[in-house]
Amino acid sequence: MSTLAVTDEVLVEFARQTVTNSPIAVEGNRTRWDVGGPLANGVQLLKAPTGVVEYQPAEMTVQVRAGTTVAELHKVLAEHGQRTSLPERGGTVGGAVAVGENHLEVLGRGSVRNAVLQVRYVAADGQLVTGGGPVVKNVSGFNLPKLIAGSLGVLGSIVEVVLRTNPIPAASRWLQATGVDPGAVRNAVLAPSAVLWDGDTTWVHLEGHLPDLDAETSVLGDLAGFEEVQGPPALPPHRWLVRPQDVSGFSADRFVASVGVGTIWADKPQPARPQDPAVAAVAQRAKALFDPTGRLNPGRSR
Amino acid sequence: MNLLGKAKDLLGRASASNDPLVDDLVDALGSDAVKVDAAHRALYAHDASVFDAGFAGPTCYPETTEQVVAIMAVAEKHGRAVVPRGAGTGLAGGAIPLGAPVIVALTKMNQIHDVDTVNRVAWVGPGVVNLDLTNHLRPFGFHFAPDPSSQQVCTIGGNVANNSGGPHCLAYGVTDAHVAAVEVVLIDGSVAMLGGLEDEPDGLDLRGAFVGSEGTLGIATKVAVRITKNPPAVTTLLLSFDSVADAANTVSEVIAAGVVPAAMEVMDQRITVAVENYVGAGYPRDAAAVLLAEVEGLEAGVALDAKKISEIGRANNATQVRVAATDEERALLWKGRKTAFGAIAQIAPDYYLHDTVVPRAKLAAVLEQVYEIADRHDVIVMNVFHAGDGNLHPLLLFDRTVEGTLERVHAAGAEIVRASLDAGGVLSGEHGVGVEKQPYMAEMFTDADLDHQNRLRQSFDPVCRANPGKVLPMGHSCADIQSLRQTPPGVWG
Ligand SMILES: Cc1cc2nc3c(=O)[nH]c(=O)nc-3n(C[C@H](O)[C@H](O)[C@H](O)COP(=O)(O)OP(=O)(O)OC[C@H]3O[C@@H](n4cnc5c(N)ncnc54)[C@H](O)[C@@H]3O)c2cc1C
Repeated sequence: MSTLAVTDEVLVEFARQTVTNSPIAVEGNRTRWDVGGPLANGVQLLKAPTGVVEYQPAEMTVQVRAGTTVAELHKVLAEHGQRTSLPERGGTVGGAVAVGENHLEVLGRGSVRNAVLQVRYVAADGQLVTGGGPVVKNVSGFNLPKLIAGSLGVLGSIVEVVLRTNPIPAASRWLQATGVDPGAVRNAVLAPSAVLWDGDTTWVHLEGHLPDLDAETSVLGDLAGFEEVQGPPALPPHRWLVRPQDVSGFSADRFVASVGVGTIWADKPQPARPQDPAVAAVAQRAKALFDPTGRLNPGRSR
Repeated sequence: MNLLGKAKDLLGRASASNDPLVDDLVDALGSDAVKVDAAHRALYAHDASVFDAGFAGPTCYPETTEQVVAIMAVAEKHGRAVVPRGAGTGLAGGAIPLGAPVIVALTKMNQIHDVDTVNRVAWVGPGVVNLDLTNHLRPFGFHFAPDPSSQQVCTIGGNVANNSGGPHCLAYGVTDAHVAAVEVVLIDGSVAMLGGLEDEPDGLDLRGAFVGSEGTLGIATKVAVRITKNPPAVTTLLLSFDSVADAANTVSEVIAAGVVPAAMEVMDQRITVAVENYVGAGYPRDAAAVLLAEVEGLEAGVALDAKKISEIGRANNATQVRVAATDEERALLWKGRKTAFGAIAQIAPDYYLHDTVVPRAKLAAVLEQVYEIADRHDVIVMNVFHAGDGNLHPLLLFDRTVEGTLERVHAAGAEIVRASLDAGGVLSGEHGVGVEKQPYMAEMFTDADLDHQNRLRQSFDPVCRANPGKVLPMGHSCADIQSLRQTPPGVWG
């Protein structure tokens, strides 16, 4: 996993294809196609290269091309008892990184942004750029992976990433109870991977060693009549991002909130929030410096 | 030209001077908060690294965000750079002042504003000392996970700026994973709240870009750090080995087996003996290497993981596996690890602590190279490192008063860095680039890569006045060290 000049012919060829006279956008599996606004007209669509390039289970890292689906990647990792923090929703690795939406079980899996150790993208001028490094700990230089993850591809077209992998815990279970304070549930257990609440019912996802799960289950049993269920509830379509403290006062006809995380799925969309002007100024400068002619993913913005 | 000779009192406070920059700073902050005496300038000319001292301009001690904003305005008016500074424990030269900058010492912004157990964050000033925060959180049942060995003195602002790590970052991640939001005063004096308490930031992740930026993107004036619940069960193991390779291989196999301990630290015999002489931590003096491993969590799982680590250690020829029986024994084992750098002061007056990362499976091979390189350059090397994430910390001991020694130390260091890169590793795992690793940046990144890092930098600071001369190598903007090393004309000095 060298970090210097990219020699992978597949990436080099993709970079060549991006050099056209028209604006471009990379198309994944369109599972989050509308995030950030509708794509402008006259944009040439490209598919990112696919394939797991190098998987080192003992290093807990995997180098994977952006067009690979998260499901395919996770299938390869599962053979060695590992996974990543990327959500598996039918999309591609590049799409998941570009959108940056965390897994429902983010408390246990970690965030998408923290999983990206190294990113390769094609810049607006067609050059291949590498940011970050291929090992699990690295502070060599400015953190391009953080800037690119969640950028919706408006700063560069993601072609490959090195992701942190994690062991799949020995056991896991979903529990459900009604009429219990979800905040108390979150505090009663050490490290739940998710606590969900719909205003009435609370779901808890526990992962780890089996005897630990049994111990936590009995702790929860002291709070309410928890029973094991197959999985989480169905999630309403609109995703809200609020502070964890805002969850308890949230109201909507139908919602599922992630307690301690602050993400809420509701039947209505979240109103736009005002942007800090100083933050917006930095973001605008970044956009202008990375894509001076505005040819990457026009129409979309973060 | 020492215009200030008459213009300071015995406490080093600046009073009406003939330097308009100092006058404006005093106007903005009051004379108590601006220091210009020779002692201050000498102290702030360097950090804890071995690199050449820079040249410090006036040092300011702001107490509020508004005062930092005011400093930015004065610096802008005078076209002067600003260098934020915490405790000055940085090891890569990040806080070394280049170009007679205004030094912004954040140590008085050391309030813990709020501990918020609902959102699981603490809002703190950048000058809060790392260990003070964890001590403050204890009654709440929480701690701040990053625990650099310098935690008794280093500041949260410095931790954020360097994206610092510590033994317990193996399971929990380095500082970056523990920062929800940062209030930053940008070089133009605007105040930006980067990140937030929501799980995913709106817009670009500028918080993520800021963490680890070594003072080059602005000054952190308030930080919302994530706090971690104290685990009910902790087990600390000490494994002894007859070879460093056996210890390194144990670490790599533990991770490969799917166990993620809270910490896995390796120390070689030279350092354990020094530690024993210094604090008597109870380490075996006859082992070639010891592995200090800690597992945390719930009781049953901790026992299972500890058993697995013992088994893997024995399979890799561990000569002894000891489990700390009491909290006191556990604390003593950690005291040994955390005072390792103090312990070596008995051996040589100076040390250069390196910091590179290699793939875990290459640990044993690269360590062998490290010993060979040090021998060849006739430098004493000791190894005490964050083995769990492949983070090497070769410690080169020397006496800089012996002519030619520092050159040999730098030559050995350069080879260690290259050996790490050749093994598929990176320049730095936690100390940062500063001025130390600048010359190697082009060995890890292409011109295009560095050009894009520069664009990130310029998005925050288009005028190159925030800690110039750091991180990016010569040839990239904001990096002209040669001219920064010279005192600008007209500057007092
Ligand atoms: C004995 C010893 C042991 C160490 N052990 C470790 C370890 O285990 N892990 C580790 O990661 N590091 C370690 N270090 C290195 C160092 O302690 C860390 O990098 C620490 O985080 C620096 O904090 P500081 O307050 O001393 O920052 P300083 O050295 O004062 O500054 C470091 C950098 O941060 C910038 N900065 C400081 N405050 C701010 C702010 N508020 N806003 C913006 N920029 C700012 C400075 O400009 C500079 O570039 C060790 C150092 C020593 C001497």
